[in-house]
Amino acid sequence: MGAKMVDFGGWDMPVNYGSQIDEHHQVRNDCGMFDVSHMRVVDINGNGVRAFLRFLLANNVDKLTQPGKALYSCMLLDNGGVIDDLIVYFMNEDWFRIVVNAGTADKDIAWMKQQAAKHAPRLAIADHPELAMIAVQGPNARAKVWDALPGSKELTEHLDPFNAVEMGTMFIARTGYTGEDGFEVMIPAKAAPFFWATLAEKGVKPIGLGARDTLRLEAGMNLYGQDMDETINPLEAGLAWTVDLKSDRDFIGKAALLAKPPTRKLAGLVLLDRGVLRGHQHVHTAHGTGEITSGSFSPTLEKSIALARVPKEVQIGDTVQVAIRDKMLAAKVVKYPFARNGKAVCSL
Amino acid sequence: MSNPGNLKYTASHEWIKTEADGTLSVGITQHAQELLGDMVFVESPMVGRKLKAKEECAVVESVKAAADVYAPVSGVVTAVNSKLDSTPESINSDPYAAWMFKMKPDNPADVAALMDAKAYQALVDSEAH
Repeated sequence: MGAKMVDFGGWDMPVNYGSQIDEHHQVRNDCGMFDVSHMRVVDINGNGVRAFLRFLLANNVDKLTQPGKALYSCMLLDNGGVIDDLIVYFMNEDWFRIVVNAGTADKDIAWMKQQAAKHAPRLAIADHPELAMIAVQGPNARAKVWDALPGSKELTEHLDPFNAVEMGTMFIARTGYTGEDGFEVMIPAKAAPFFWATLAEKGVKPIGLGARDTLRLEAGMNLYGQDMDETINPLEAGLAWTVDLKSDRDFIGKAALLAKPPTRKLAGLVLLDRGVLRGHQHVHTAHGTGEITSGSFSPTLEKSIALARVPKEVQIGDTVQVAIRDKMLAAKVVKYPFARNGKAVCSL
Repeated sequence: MSNPGNLKYTASHEWIKTEADGTLSVGITQHAQELLGDMVFVESPMVGRKLKAKEECAVVESVKAAADVYAPVSGVVTAVNSKLDSTPESINSDPYAAWMFKMKPDNPADVAALMDAKAYQALVDSEAH
């Protein structure tokens, strides 16, 4: 399809098919499809899955009461560092499905198995590299999937956001990584090219990794390995809302999080001067120095935006200085997300 | 798009056009803009700045990455294309019209020693493999 390819964790991935900015707008204004088959599906089956996940994950799976309901969570080390961020789907009391990042899948599964051996040895943990995943995202995404997949409309028309349903050998989730409506469809790899081609026939444009990154950044969604990793805890990565510290429930990493209140936090930045914010640039604030974790140009705002880890005293509305090459450029601290559902949502 | 035969080229992917008055217009090549993708920012050198050959003197930034632009020969910056401040994407749409800066070479003979279109195309082809 004329894509520029790049190696991404051992996968040959398309960065862009044509203009990355056009691909970005295509998703915000209409819809586009992403081949995200590199992401790994892991099923945990058996008696007592819920009790195990209650201990394994930082977010509380007890929030999941209806079959098909999804939850975003971090999986932590004992010291509170983030092993990975993931989505867990509750299907029934004997089956929870987890989707993890590609680059971390093998260590994630090893960790899950190691913890299960200690706490829930009868559970079966199996990953499914034979499942491909195609994300169709944008305001018109659901209608296009309904058009391409006979029978899917009846099943998913009333599916709320962050819920999933099975359709034969497929698994259709109303989730995504763009800040737009749409589906992530898990499908046996053998059938994926046909589904992709059918979507293309219906006019759905392919979107590369480049636009996927600017879309998720505008939507204020973290990227594992950039915005957090094993050396960062979720409270310092803007993910406190996904960590349940209030209930009596114990989970891996909880004691460490309670013992060490965060000194840093993740903040949204919009560059006021001309230039482009990038990862690893230093951020100078009235309260000390921070660092950009993800930065790029926002096609929706037509300005450069970033996520940065800064001292926790930094406030929304502050002006900070970012060191870019030999210059110090002014940026404003804003509440993020920056854009969702086709529109800018952060106030400048 | 092929590389125009009336221009000179560098191994760092700048194109150089000798204007009627002997000044040089400098931009980045079709190949360079294609590698970088959508341009969103250009930082030009100051007019009057003295440049040494192969010195970093400007920056282009696409959504994807930042890239340095190098002085093709030694000389002095005489003008910058401020239109690129508001329309950096013209580097993508018409790279051989979107000059970034003009310079007066210290030694016009240096320009003659740069690559012609054919040599540059051979370089691009070799980098693709």
